[in-house]
Amino acid sequence: MAFGGRKPSGPGGRGKSAAAGDKQGGQRRGLFRRRKVCKFCADRIDDINYKDVKLLSGFVPERGKVLPRRISGTCAKHQRALRVAILRARQLALLPYASD
Amino acid sequence: MSARTYELIYILKPEATEQEVADLQAQVEGIVQRLGGSIEKTEPWGRRKLAYEIGKHKEGFYVLHVIQGSGELMKEIDRRLKVTDGLIRHLVVRVDERQIVAERARTKRQEESRRRRVARGLPPERQPGEGPQRDSDDDGDMTYDGVDVEA
Repeated sequence: MAFGGRKPSGPGGRGKSAAAGDKQGGQRRGLFRRRKVCKFCADRIDDINYKDVKLLSGFVPERGKVLPRRISGTCAKHQRALRVAILRARQLALLPYASD
Repeated sequence: MSARTYELIYILKPEATEQEVADLQAQVEGIVQRLGGSIEKTEPWGRRKLAYEIGKHKEGFYVLHVIQGSGELMKEIDRRLKVTDGLIRHLVVRVDERQIVAERARTKRQEESRRRRVARGLPPERQPGEGPQRDSDDDGDMTYDGVDVEA
């Protein structure tokens, strides 16, 4: 009777914590992350021009925000230049401020 | 006074006639000449869809000028364009400094590559048939919040 009552709670609790640990470990280690390379360094684009909508639109997701560095892998120097270019392009309605 | 290079872009209302476009271009030209500058390039982009509505407009007629001149000249142009009817947006950007920086970066990179090649015992310039320059592991896919964003 005594251990009959204990049984569901004991393994249940342990199982839950083990599952949470698995999930965390799996997300950290299990997923292979490709090393990201700054597009502007790789393609040797020295001048990020606000008129180049084709280039800039690759760094503006649907919502209209600037794609963060952690996603695109752009280096700090080029991200700064990219930001300025996007701001200018927005003034000229070449890129949206926000959409949807 | 050393001349500076500026880019001027303005957007006219889409219903502007060719005459109006020409008039405004002539007006800009007049100011530039009067204040001792020169127009290096004029590039009408034509009608383009706006990324967002401005007023009630969904389209605009874009014109780009590359102008050499002083800051006072651009100030005057900016002032005049602000009060011009039929214009929905304009932007003045100084470009000569950026161009110099870009030029410097390019020469620096070339020199660096030349130096490395010489150090490896290769001729300083790339020879034809040397194969790809860099093996990139970036296959170009981009995801943001799990959504594909590559446009």
